[in-house]
Amino acid sequence: MTEAVNAAPYGRDRRPFLRRLASASEPYLYSAPALILIVTVMLVPLVIGISYAFRDMTLLDPFSGGFIGLDHFRALAKDKTFWQALKNTVYWTGYSVALQFCFGLILALLLDKPFRGRGLAQALCFLPWAVPSFLSGLNWAMLFNPIVGPIPHWLYGLGLMSAPDNLLSSPDHAMWGPIIANVWWGIPFFAITLLAALQSIPRDLYEAAAIDGATPFQRFRSITLPFLAPTIAITVMLRTVWIANFADLIVVMTNGGPADRTQIVASYIFTQAFRRLDFGYASAIAMVLLALLLVYSMLIVLLRQTLLRER
Amino acid sequence: MASIDITDVRKAYGAVKILHGVDLTIQDGEFVVLVGPSGCGKSTLLRMIAGLEDISAGEIKIGGKRVNELDPKDRDIAMVFQSYALYPHMTVAGNMSYSLRLRKTAKEKIAAAISGAAEKLSLTPLMERRPKALSGGQRQRVAMGRAIVRKPKAFLFDEPLSNLDARLREHMRGEIKKLHQDLGATSIYVTHDQIEAMTLADRIVAMNAGVVQQVGSPLDLYDRPANLFVAGFMGSPAMNMFEGTYRATDGAPRIELGQGISVPLAGPAPTAEGTKVTLGIRPEHVLVGRELPGGFEARIDLVEPTGFGTILHASAFGSDVKAFSLERGLAERGDTVHVAFPVERIHVFDTATGARIG
Amino acid sequence: MTRKRIVATVAHRVAILAYVLFALFPLFWVLKISVTPNDLLYSEGVRLWPSRTVFDHFDFVIRHSDFPLFFRNSMIVSLSTAVIVTILSSLGGYAMSRFSFRGKFWIVGLMLLTQMFPLVMLIAPIFKILSPLGLTNSLSGLILVYVAFNVPFATFLMQSFFDGIPKDLEEAAMIDGATRFTAFRQIILPLTLPGMAATLGFVFTAAWSELLFALMLISGVDASTFPVGLLSFVSKFSVDFGQMMAAGVLALIPACLFFFFIQRYLVQGLTAGAVKG
Repeated sequence: MTEAVNAAPYGRDRRPFLRRLASASEPYLYSAPALILIVTVMLVPLVIGISYAFRDMTLLDPFSGGFIGLDHFRALAKDKTFWQALKNTVYWTGYSVALQFCFGLILALLLDKPFRGRGLAQALCFLPWAVPSFLSGLNWAMLFNPIVGPIPHWLYGLGLMSAPDNLLSSPDHAMWGPIIANVWWGIPFFAITLLAALQSIPRDLYEAAAIDGATPFQRFRSITLPFLAPTIAITVMLRTVWIANFADLIVVMTNGGPADRTQIVASYIFTQAFRRLDFGYASAIAMVLLALLLVYSMLIVLLRQTLLRER
Repeated sequence: MASIDITDVRKAYGAVKILHGVDLTIQDGEFVVLVGPSGCGKSTLLRMIAGLEDISAGEIKIGGKRVNELDPKDRDIAMVFQSYALYPHMTVAGNMSYSLRLRKTAKEKIAAAISGAAEKLSLTPLMERRPKALSGGQRQRVAMGRAIVRKPKAFLFDEPLSNLDARLREHMRGEIKKLHQDLGATSIYVTHDQIEAMTLADRIVAMNAGVVQQVGSPLDLYDRPANLFVAGFMGSPAMNMFEGTYRATDGAPRIELGQGISVPLAGPAPTAEGTKVTLGIRPEHVLVGRELPGGFEARIDLVEPTGFGTILHASAFGSDVKAFSLERGLAERGDTVHVAFPVERIHVFDTATGARIG
Repeated sequence: MTRKRIVATVAHRVAILAYVLFALFPLFWVLKISVTPNDLLYSEGVRLWPSRTVFDHFDFVIRHSDFPLFFRNSMIVSLSTAVIVTILSSLGGYAMSRFSFRGKFWIVGLMLLTQMFPLVMLIAPIFKILSPLGLTNSLSGLILVYVAFNVPFATFLMQSFFDGIPKDLEEAAMIDGATRFTAFRQIILPLTLPGMAATLGFVFTAAWSELLFALMLISGVDASTFPVGLLSFVSKFSVDFGQMMAAGVLALIPACLFFFFIQRYLVQGLTAGAVKG
């Protein structure tokens, strides 16, 4: 008897099969509705979308749909607008992220100090986040419009512009329009996440440092920054990917113009699909964008790991 | 009310084994305390009885009926959690009646049951409050009330007093004991506090590293610990332990402690000459005096008055010796005194296996 | 020392004020244009407040344009999306928070994946799939798409709310005689109501703002949402700024209401958003 028990101390589950099935499937039952939707509305289209990249797919042409191999990618390699859009994407993403981050960090540091009316100031500073993106696009397009907006006149008054013209129609500077709108709209995101990270730093660390004789700047460098570093790393990476994909403001404010000078890859995909109904070409561009973003994320992860190892 | 039979119960999470085969029978109406350091598996065992953890192997019976496959709701047991786990969105009355409402008990019966329980726990004026508006001790009582309204087969307590301050804990300990005497309900109580275990239990189950170390009445465990673990775990200040060698060649059984010191034993121990053994003696049994027959010279390093008595830390034969005395002013720091180990108070353990000898 | 401190305090308040002004100025301008009469629009272009204010634009937008229809459509779409997503993500988030099961790793991975790739990639295939089903140019099609897009993020968000509720509570309920689902419904859900409200607000705001898929999937006026309708103002020959901004103010109202409603949960929401990476 004892030997038998020792031979198989962790015996078989003696519950009836159906009961075991019911308890094993319980978590799946809870998550099934969400999963089914994600698979049918996101995953299946994703796979189909990838297949479009190798097919001749135009919406209004009933004879399209044939397999054409890498033709789209060949065309893409010679597409000047695409290369311009790629350059613009780097420009758009780089400046947007850098400015959002800098101002977001400053705002978070300002709001981290207790003062009267902080709750209200915080709510008002974060308000742009709630403004629908299309509306902030229209809003800033209007502010840049010399007929109804003040900005061109201010810039002219400051001598930064030779005449009160619309920034959005200047081929050389049009990109700054959507970037400024994006910075206005995106500062709250960084400010909120960084503020949360700031408030999780134990206060007695600052007190200990102050007793040890550290100046405010030394305290910032030796306590605040190291504590914020992980949050900064992850939010900057996520935000970069997100902004590179974010076409709303550009579609609303400039529609890629003038002369494709503000076209980014994401808005170019939308233009190809929505205005020219060329789904095949749009999907090919989307695949290139996806690949580039994957490479970017991978590089960041690798970089992070080497940095962590060196510590 | 019902008895609980636990037969060779094991628990493993993947390759990590938490319980290595526990056998235990709890009589109808008995109050059993599972005690041990954190991570010893006592809470896991309790949760397996409750049905909150799967049983990897073995069998648990409540009232003679196998419950391995039953959901918690079908086991007819009640549990008091460490966090109390009161439903924050229900009043005290709502908390206490929830189990009866789930069973679709008639309204009048529910009202009678909760007012009876409320009276027993002096909760009557608080019935319409929410848990947030209660003090720690009141919450604890509501948690108990929730358990008793249902008249379950058994009560399970998972460290119910560890969130209370020392004074309240002492008070609630008394209430729990009184309640058990009133209701006579089969109870299993998990704690890491050996004083709670001593004061509450009919029987204590001492556990360590997933293995039951000793089962017995509180005084059994205190007076005759089965091994070094139980000896060290029960009692505060903890038992003195000195490693030595067993000698009995010349007809005088003794333990040699080094530095030429040896402690005589009352009789021959059932072990071989030269065995490495550990001598244990509780601090309150160590005698301290200016001049003691058979005593060793010791220097007092530290005096800790507790008010109730005095703990003396002394060094003798290269070891620290703790002594507890109800007398005050027995010695000062730096004094040289004698300490002695009365022969009938000495415990002997096999150092290698930890098991009690004799 | 005190002088230095006063200077620092003043600088701090001035900086805060500057941020508040920067955040509010564009919205203020929307409001200003919406109440400026047409004859003053150009002549008083840079004045901070027009010499005469009128509500003609609001009157026109509400009574003589299609905006009430757009508003209604957007309301239907956003509210339905928010309600459905909240229900689905509560179930999913509960499973993620309370069970450890073999498929969890893969489900989390799948949800993370959906947050990484460019959604514009799906525009063409979704259009192709939905049109034979008659779901283009319909609000239900839009709701379906929005629900799927928002469910992964909302599930992470709900999970973080469930994680904040002690497991003891449902264990106590299960010992009291409840099944797991009863415990979920009667004990856990009532305690998660604030979290569900926050999720509702987040998803509502997201659906209310969505533009690109609405543009692609909706072509007729009847099913247009607010962003699509508002954008059609721009493509007209002459832009009526006053009416456009009056409509903008109307579009802003629900978004701002929800913002103040969910403000307290912003941090938790955005960190759940960060978790998705």
